[in-house]
Amino acid sequence: MAITISRNKSAGGIARRVREISGVDLSVCYQCKKCTSGCPVSGMAQCPPSEVMRRLHLGAGDELLNSDIIWMCVSCETCSARCPMGIDVAAVMDALRKLAVERGAGKPEGNVPLFNRAFLKTVAMFGRTYDIAMIAAYKLGSGKLMADTEKFPTMLRKRKIALLPPTGADRKTVRRIFKKTKEDRAGR
Amino acid sequence: MRYAYFPGCSAESTARDMHQSTLAVAEALGIELVEPEGWTCCGATAGHQTDRVLAAALPAATLVKAADMGLDLVVNCAACYNRMKVANHEITTNKQVRVKVADALGRDYDGSVNVRHFLEVLLDDVGVDAIQKMLRGSLAGTKVASYYGCLLVRPNDVTGFDDPENPTSLDRLVHAMGGTALDWPHKVECCGGGLSMSRTDVVINLTDSIVGMAKMAGADCIAVSCPMCQINLDMRQLDIARRQGNHYDMPILYITQLLGLCLGIAPERLGLNKLMISPAKVVKAVVAA
Repeated sequence: MAITISRNKSAGGIARRVREISGVDLSVCYQCKKCTSGCPVSGMAQCPPSEVMRRLHLGAGDELLNSDIIWMCVSCETCSARCPMGIDVAAVMDALRKLAVERGAGKPEGNVPLFNRAFLKTVAMFGRTYDIAMIAAYKLGSGKLMADTEKFPTMLRKRKIALLPPTGADRKTVRRIFKKTKEDRAGR
Repeated sequence: MRYAYFPGCSAESTARDMHQSTLAVAEALGIELVEPEGWTCCGATAGHQTDRVLAAALPAATLVKAADMGLDLVVNCAACYNRMKVANHEITTNKQVRVKVADALGRDYDGSVNVRHFLEVLLDDVGVDAIQKMLRGSLAGTKVASYYGCLLVRPNDVTGFDDPENPTSLDRLVHAMGGTALDWPHKVECCGGGLSMSRTDVVINLTDSIVGMAKMAGADCIAVSCPMCQINLDMRQLDIARRQGNHYDMPILYITQLLGLCLGIAPERLGLNKLMISPAKVVKAVVAA
């Protein structure tokens, strides 16, 4: 299959940044496609993991950050576990997600970045996750208001989900962690 | 046997059943579990998808509390277990991460706390023989598909848990309880994990394939040890039935719930009433040992 890469302003595309963030040597990939064979979402994604690696070799630019695989990837790490060259492909996907957020790539289907923000927001507030607040924030932001609502009555009756926010966490330390890591990101 | 115990956030919400059954089983087997005071969230998938230092610092906040207690840290949630293990690995192998984590925490942590999954405690510290002696019920005649998912076994050089392609920890326990541990191909496939809300379509596809395969293999239930696997395989069966027309009616039980039943613990104490797909037929199938 032919792969077409658009010409980029900076030579080498985003591969250098991906290498810096992930610590992965992309050049040792020889396209055996074992990652793609084991990937649970490769059949649903337009650009499977082995193709992501190849595009990086060929100097792909920011357009790669709009690939559906980046946010469809379930972080199961099967790719890393099976790579004969020991490449941490899952770390490459993490790096691409960070770059996608950093560079304001297009909003992906399902808006996983919004979900991650909603999740971490409750952790920053309570020191632990607070499912109902997280779900509400995600639903409001994504517009998926009705999704799964038919399950809530049963879940509440079975107390399968907590109503009240968590207590007892060392919130002070968690707040400090969020503040310091935010400063660190800004300084990078 | 005394351990620091990290319940994980889901233990207080969607996996209260995992937490309850873990405590009940631990008590029955004489395992003392002590929660580190003020334990906090491990950051989960959202953490490592966002920032490398954040992903190490959040677990480290609890790990350093376990270090102060001088105990091994036992975790039952596979996702938390994974993040704790990876944080230790990052801190011990990457000097820069260790320094940044120390700055974030306000104190240095050397990555030395021994993180153990509750399954490892059951198999390696208590032992199958000792567990068998305490059983009052048996799973004889019940066929169980053991499902490990991703986070226990991967990355295997970091978690060191069992075999990454064909783990047998859950199977050994099922076998010890007198049940039939099925040989089936989807033990370490992924359920879709944290994408349950954001990409429900993906999760429905993946769970349909896993539960469908267990059904084909002849399973009466699936045994899990991860709250994400449990809720995805259990709750998404409602969507699989509606959208794909596949009705599996497959109970998804935590291994601690199965073990609790065989130890003679009352189902209410094991949170069995919380499952979306009723485990009644499995509960009824437990016979006197």
